[in-house]
Amino acid sequence: MQLIFERSREGRSCSILPACDVAKTVLPETMRRANAPRLPMVSEIDLSRHYTELEKHVYGVNDGFYPLGSCTMKYNPQIDEEMAHLPGFSGVHPLQPIDTVQGSLEVLATARNILCEITGMDDMTFQPAAGAHGELTSMLMIKAYHHSKGNTKRDKIIVPDAAHGTNPASAAMAGFTVINIASNKKGCVDLDLLRKAVGPDTAGLMLTNPNTVGIFDENILEITRIVHEAGGLNYYDGANLNAIMGIVRPGDMGFDVIHLNLHKSFATPHGGGGPGSGPVGCKAFLAPFLPLYTSSVMSEGTYRFNQPEQSIGSVKAFYGNFLVVVKALTYLLTLGAEGVPEVARNAVLNANYLRVLLSKKYDIAFNDICMHEFVISLARMHQENGVSAMDIAKAILDNGMHPPTMYFPMIVEEALMVEPTETESKETLDKVAEIYLAIYDQAIANPQSLHDAPVTTFVRRLDEVGAARNPRVRYQF
Amino acid sequence: MSYIPSSLKERQEMLQTVGVSAMDDLFAVVPSALRIKKLKLPSGKSELEVSQMMHKMAGKNRVFSAIFRGAGAYHHYIPAIVNSVIAKESFLTAYTPYQAEISQGILQSIFEYQTMICELTGMDVSNASIYDGASAAAEAMTMCRERKRDKVLISAAVLPMTIQTVQTYCNGNGMTVELIPQKNGVTDLEALELLLNDRSACVYLQQPNYFGMLEAAEAIGEAAHRAGAKFVMGVNPIAAAILKTPRDCGADIAVGEGQPLGMPLSFGGPYLGFMAATTAMIRRLPGRIVGETVDVEGKRAFVLTLQAREQHIRREKASSNVCSNQALCALTASVYCSAMGPSGLQEAAQQCHAKAHYAAQQISAIPGFALRYQGEFFHEFLTETPCCADAVLAKLAEKDILGGYPVSGGILWCVTEMNSKAQIDALTSALKEVSDTCN
Repeated sequence: MQLIFERSREGRSCSILPACDVAKTVLPETMRRANAPRLPMVSEIDLSRHYTELEKHVYGVNDGFYPLGSCTMKYNPQIDEEMAHLPGFSGVHPLQPIDTVQGSLEVLATARNILCEITGMDDMTFQPAAGAHGELTSMLMIKAYHHSKGNTKRDKIIVPDAAHGTNPASAAMAGFTVINIASNKKGCVDLDLLRKAVGPDTAGLMLTNPNTVGIFDENILEITRIVHEAGGLNYYDGANLNAIMGIVRPGDMGFDVIHLNLHKSFATPHGGGGPGSGPVGCKAFLAPFLPLYTSSVMSEGTYRFNQPEQSIGSVKAFYGNFLVVVKALTYLLTLGAEGVPEVARNAVLNANYLRVLLSKKYDIAFNDICMHEFVISLARMHQENGVSAMDIAKAILDNGMHPPTMYFPMIVEEALMVEPTETESKETLDKVAEIYLAIYDQAIANPQSLHDAPVTTFVRRLDEVGAARNPRVRYQF
Repeated sequence: MSYIPSSLKERQEMLQTVGVSAMDDLFAVVPSALRIKKLKLPSGKSELEVSQMMHKMAGKNRVFSAIFRGAGAYHHYIPAIVNSVIAKESFLTAYTPYQAEISQGILQSIFEYQTMICELTGMDVSNASIYDGASAAAEAMTMCRERKRDKVLISAAVLPMTIQTVQTYCNGNGMTVELIPQKNGVTDLEALELLLNDRSACVYLQQPNYFGMLEAAEAIGEAAHRAGAKFVMGVNPIAAAILKTPRDCGADIAVGEGQPLGMPLSFGGPYLGFMAATTAMIRRLPGRIVGETVDVEGKRAFVLTLQAREQHIRREKASSNVCSNQALCALTASVYCSAMGPSGLQEAAQQCHAKAHYAAQQISAIPGFALRYQGEFFHEFLTETPCCADAVLAKLAEKDILGGYPVSGGILWCVTEMNSKAQIDALTSALKEVSDTCN
């Protein structure tokens, strides 16, 4: 494929702006840039064809099955997009007088009320732009809380080894020391190790439940109690909320602060890597520490932004990825009280159905009733036939599908993490199982063919080592 | 409505295959005391009803026909091709391009974006973008930290929300933040010299600054470097088309709010944070970076690279926790820059400059609206106001004009290519009326 710069021709352009209707001005020479930026010089048809060609080499949820574990690649409803494009939402300046943006504040307040009911929280901010951003916000709130009590020595955050890598990274960015604890044989929190890890220096625990192997930790009340009794707070990573929403609430499990991923559980599109939205909810006692410009409150018939007294400050400009919240709210209003748990039940049903079909041949880590996702281990296959999780994933590409998440969680060797989501039909799952099982047979009969995969894709396996050793991260003119 | 395709009969068949009789059995592991009976929420609604509800909320917002407000979010023309490209459903619904073999379209678009950001800033390398301009500034501060250099010097003439965000991140990572005072609307170089020492990690400057003024960036960069600190510039990407590049001003890192490159105002988001740096700093950049490579047959291809910096490998030792980018916003910026081209983007910048100067001339001639600061500015300027700013702005709102933003007792005006001469003249005559009633 040509780069847009390779399509560029001197003198070509799109006609966009009218002539300037006021007197021209000139910048002082010392402030002017020496040369124009070498942006592409293209006509509109060049642009249109360029991006049409690029789109052919992108795989989205609209293209087919997308079982990326931990990412909840569910269908993104069209109505959500249409509502986000309403000029009343997209055309307002963030610093307009408050009486001219009451609709925006109503969106934020309504979304907060619904999400607080689903999670068992009392208040919420939409400022964080993504999940990791919400994690950082939560950690800063926990820190501010302890400091407000004069507890500056609580500087340790406990993170199970099954956690997403963002958890320890976020804790470190907030200035905490991370205490990693190993999971038990069921992939859950080891209570003895947790009891040993907590103490007067514990600031809190970061936990996903169901966890990254798709298991709901049955000891959850005991876990949160141990942390609370040691004086720490419990933070809930909302990555896996899709499995349990409407069934059980993090707030009832003993969590004090949570982040959600609107781009996972609440159907807003991932956009090729963003923009997402990572709202943070908390119990009332943590609300004074929420970011500035946080949830809107109604007083005397008018919505206003709440400015929490002991706020951690801002984690970005303005109020978050507002249009993403519009999409999520549209989805939530469509689902309603019955739809939310129906989503969770069917996400869990789909995962278990596919797990059972695949377990005919594949080894499933912790093979029992799972939540919304499960993890295949290719450790035995790798040892016996030399075929790795990567090889299987690449063979899936040759079948025109997106593979599961590879090599995560780290506690499972040669892992493939499968999350089908509730929006896949039975016949899709049947077809997927057929293909995966055929690949299994192929791996035994002809391992080399899997090492060679993919062969049908636009490009084949890439030299990633070379890319990192000699980084070329921009076009050279 | 929950977008679930399986029929009730199919669900029953699937339950049988799993070996349970009812949906509830799948949740047997959840302690029964914790299971909720029913959410206290309204029932689900049809698409038509929801559309009507959302239209009603959108209708409670007011979209002004003339906008003279910036202060961190800017009203620019968005070429039609931009919205048609970013509405392409595969771009919209894909995830981060982990599987490079089926994601070349996204990877290439990010590579092109990175090149355009390098061209705008003059820097060597760019990441794939992060959340927004303020968080990009905050991440840049961390990049500059050295063992004994943990102090951030940030100009008081920076967007207040950027200062707040930098402060919040530094409260987390333990760096200290000091404000460099401003004098006559620009960063006070003499005061900066006194603040710099061997603890200084970096100096952060915004160009044009919060008051719209153009800073003597090179001199500030030289002062930072003399003290052994890094120099970070936050730049407006439209202004960057005609202003001396951050690289030519000596910057080690250039960041900024990418919203002006084709993103609507959207009540503050989603926007785009761009980050570019010198080659020497590439391994300190946070977030995703796309690199060029080849496949096993030698064909050119693109891939996420330099991942050894990142959290999924380094965990608590990672350079940042960022694990996404604003890919669709980066795509927006790329299509915008391509549609405008070098001459179109420079023309937009020049029109902003010319129209802002015309407006400044007209407005400052009205009694009570004198310019607060003398000196060079780009497309924003601060004037005094003869009576309370809110009263002035309320008068303008009656004429469907969103006036400037109230800033320290004055009004900060922003003029772009969207404001025709007729609009500026209408603003001026409205302000004359206000001035007459005030005096």
